[in-house]
Amino acid sequence: MTVDKRIGLGIAYAILSLLSVVMIFPFLWMLLSSFKDATQIFQPGLFPSDPTFENYIAILFSGNSRFPRWFLNSAIVATCTTASVLFFDSLLGYTLAKFEFPGKKIIFLLVISTLMIPTEMLVIPWYAMSRAMKWGNTYWGIMFPGMISAFGVFLMRQFMTSIPNDLIDAARIDGMGELRIFMKIVLPLVSPALATLAIFNFIGNWNAFLWPLIIASKPRMFTLPVGLANFSGEAGSDWHLIMTGATVAMVPLIILFLIFQKQIVRGIAMTGLKG
Amino acid sequence: MTLAKKKAMTAYVFLAFPLVFFVGVRFGPMLYAMIRSLTDWSLLRKTNQFIGFDNFKAVLTDPVFLKSLGNTLRYAIVGAPIVIALSLGIALLLNRIIHARGLFRLIYILPYITPMVAVSWVWRWMYQTPPMGILNAMFSALGLPAVEFLISPDQALYSILAVNIWVELGYCTTVFLAGIQTIPMDCVEAAKIDGASERQIFVRIILPLLMPITLFLMIMQGIQFLRIFTPIYNMSSQAMGGPLDSTKSAALYIYQMAFTKFEMGRASAASLVLFAIIMVVTLLQLRIFDKKANNQE
Repeated sequence: MTVDKRIGLGIAYAILSLLSVVMIFPFLWMLLSSFKDATQIFQPGLFPSDPTFENYIAILFSGNSRFPRWFLNSAIVATCTTASVLFFDSLLGYTLAKFEFPGKKIIFLLVISTLMIPTEMLVIPWYAMSRAMKWGNTYWGIMFPGMISAFGVFLMRQFMTSIPNDLIDAARIDGMGELRIFMKIVLPLVSPALATLAIFNFIGNWNAFLWPLIIASKPRMFTLPVGLANFSGEAGSDWHLIMTGATVAMVPLIILFLIFQKQIVRGIAMTGLKG
Repeated sequence: MTLAKKKAMTAYVFLAFPLVFFVGVRFGPMLYAMIRSLTDWSLLRKTNQFIGFDNFKAVLTDPVFLKSLGNTLRYAIVGAPIVIALSLGIALLLNRIIHARGLFRLIYILPYITPMVAVSWVWRWMYQTPPMGILNAMFSALGLPAVEFLISPDQALYSILAVNIWVELGYCTTVFLAGIQTIPMDCVEAAKIDGASERQIFVRIILPLLMPITLFLMIMQGIQFLRIFTPIYNMSSQAMGGPLDSTKSAALYIYQMAFTKFEMGRASAASLVLFAIIMVVTLLQLRIFDKKANNQE
């Protein structure tokens, strides 16, 4: 390696490391702040002079804290929508990839074109609909707009096309029912794609803000992001509690991220899903 | 029944529920919003009269809406290109290094997968004025003057924009890096043997081959920034888009019109204007990139 190249490489590492600091520092600062009490939080210096778990006890275990309930709500909403998306998106993707029927192209185009409709416009009719149906402050009300994701349909259809037709036909000749073919033969073959879709959908729903903010007006039905926004808006200068709440909202995602980093990186690289 | 017919029947059965969903939860509501934007629909009054384009006239002459549109365009026109340029640069650097590539990439993705609400409040805490804000504490330690960040009508928009850029950076970098790694290396090697400089290789080979990905990211990021809502809601005082409406985006305006003023018809009209802007910007980008791609050939 020439000297020039080495210097270039050194500069590359230096820039990338500096950037890493910029990306990580806010998380570190949040974490450090969460171990400070009401007076330490305003003292200069990075590290807490007398680290305390009080904030976590107040947020997670005190009787009047709503964080545990919000945590549960977010877990329920993210899990149920993800289960629904996995089933219907792969079913739709499979049908659009492996069946021939009149109107197939139009249906595919219709599904994909829904990606262009901005949520900001849809929330208004959704809200009117939820009022009429009395879905306000229910889990179903929070979840129904996300039960099927058009992006997931697109993704699953791509994967389904690579399944050999012979395999499906052989199962048909053996007398297997269509739904059983889908569940027992097709789904296991696309499990990597399912894993990617699952993790992205879970993250997306865990982080979702605009619609849950509108549909949940009672604190007991807030999701974690809505609860955190509300709590922080009212906490005034209790930054130590706000930072603890933020940490609590992030920890499950950071754990998921570390476990499923491969699927996440692959998912983004494949085209990237958001929102 | 023939096999083909039977298969078609199965397909329709499988499609039944999802189609009801897409019509009932996407297309139906879209049409509903379009129709109701022509009425004086409000949750506070019992009236529901057809008023033609009065809602559109009202929002398009509302200085607050015009200001929010201007802000939205500023978020998109400043934000999206910065994200694209920075992430391309970072991806090229990542492609060049040998060790710790995966680790760096992982660190950069972290802000993208964490909740925007939580991230917004962390930055709001860091942006505080002296002596509370850590950023201002660092500046003063370096002998720099204090920065107002979120409380200044001139700086607040860019302070929020910076957070959004920080969030989207890792996503775009990952997409670019995946794109760079599909470029055939023998192509680059051949050019090197023919005496092409690094600069020439970049401009003549790598950049044109990355054109489709750049277009995809420009459009996606453009839409993302045009719809910006969550960081503004969480980083401006009382979620109002202040100071002095200086950070209010069109999405926040629509939210306030619909869910704090309950003027649903007017909010629908505003949301259609935003929809139209998103469509125009997307089509414009498609055309510009099309021309550029054609010129290169």
